[in-house]
Amino acid sequence: MELDLFLRYGPALLEGFGVTVLCWIVGSLGGVVLGFILACLYRWGPAPLRWVIYAYVEVIRGTPFMIQLFLLYYGGPYMGLVLTPIQAGILSFIVYGSPYFAEIFRSGFNAIPLGQIEAARCLGIPEWRIVLRITLPQMLVPITAPLTNFFIILTKETAILATVTVPELLFQVQSMMAETFTYVEPLLALSLFYWFMVTLTARFGAWVETRVTRHLSRA
Amino acid sequence: MNFSFETIWHNLPYLLAAARWTLIISLAGMAISVIWGICICAARISSSRLLSGIAALYISFFRGVPLLVQILVFFYILPYVGLDLPAIAAAIAAVGLCSAAYSAEILRGSLQAIPAGQTEAAHALGMPPMSLWRRILVPQAIRIGLPSLINELILLVKVSSLASVVGIGELTRVAQNITGQTYRPLEIYITAAVLYFLINLVISRAGLLAEKRLKVS
Repeated sequence: MELDLFLRYGPALLEGFGVTVLCWIVGSLGGVVLGFILACLYRWGPAPLRWVIYAYVEVIRGTPFMIQLFLLYYGGPYMGLVLTPIQAGILSFIVYGSPYFAEIFRSGFNAIPLGQIEAARCLGIPEWRIVLRITLPQMLVPITAPLTNFFIILTKETAILATVTVPELLFQVQSMMAETFTYVEPLLALSLFYWFMVTLTARFGAWVETRVTRHLSRA
Repeated sequence: MNFSFETIWHNLPYLLAAARWTLIISLAGMAISVIWGICICAARISSSRLLSGIAALYISFFRGVPLLVQILVFFYILPYVGLDLPAIAAAIAAVGLCSAAYSAEILRGSLQAIPAGQTEAAHALGMPPMSLWRRILVPQAIRIGLPSLINELILLVKVSSLASVVGIGELTRVAQNITGQTYRPLEIYITAAVLYFLINLVISRAGLLAEKRLKVS
């Protein structure tokens, strides 16, 4: 084991870590927001818009993330869309994640009994308040687990960004391997690192789950 | 910008040939995934603390590390321990072993959905454990878990694109190579995306059909 290598490459690895976390957080939060908008449009939008969203969801879910990333980064310039690697990475994360998030939100909307919404309408509560005060808080219960699940999946998808030279963690480790001809230590350390990040996310998800289901356990 | 259908037409045979490797990786990976997944699932729910612990660790590791990193580990680290696998074997092994962790969890969920009374009845009739598994538990677990397993197979088709990083000439890699020659990334990658989409469409339709056939009235 050559552990001093990690000291020498420490700054580069830290920088890679920063980029990984940046792409992950900005990309997945953007995906959640876009997914929520898509789910709302699917629920309340006109029929043609619904078909478009349906097709979008099917196509994005049916093609590999790597191909989407290549299309955006290498194909983008042909359509006048020139992006830096990090921009392309974050944008493709948003595009890739949004249909999955939209489906999770859709299932959440469907989980609320219709009777509650009808009752609220009878009481004259405005539509946006019904969503804000009745649908959303209850929706959090069934969707927290799938949301956590998908955040975890996205954590690991960040590794793919290395293929378009986003200077994230795997990219830094790969250059470290190429420069020093050590493979075992960097790759094992990298695995441990992702594992740690995933476990942390899972714990956080479990914590959120206990928070949003508090009213159920107290009753 | 002019969209060149000619480029697509010219290179379609190469892309189709490459799609065959994508299919081989995903189908071989799926076979490993289901068979090995059954073993891990059995270990996970066994009464032995040690076996169950090892299975839990296995699942946690393979679900917690990016598949891309796993493929690199298989490709670069195994030769150090004397296992010099060809790239294609390393990729199939990585994909299959990783997916087995997910399959094991899917099967565990399905097994829990089978009423315990059936197992008890089989015990009461003196059925040996092997027959219980082979004739009662596994067939039902696969039937219940089929939608999720099909889902996993579709995921496998998509993650097989990661095998391109160790130089296997599957769909993504060949698309990259052709792009390198023609400088037409848009056309080539869109064609590759369409091919992936078609493969997945066939699988999901076949899955629906199988679900219908297996349904007990």
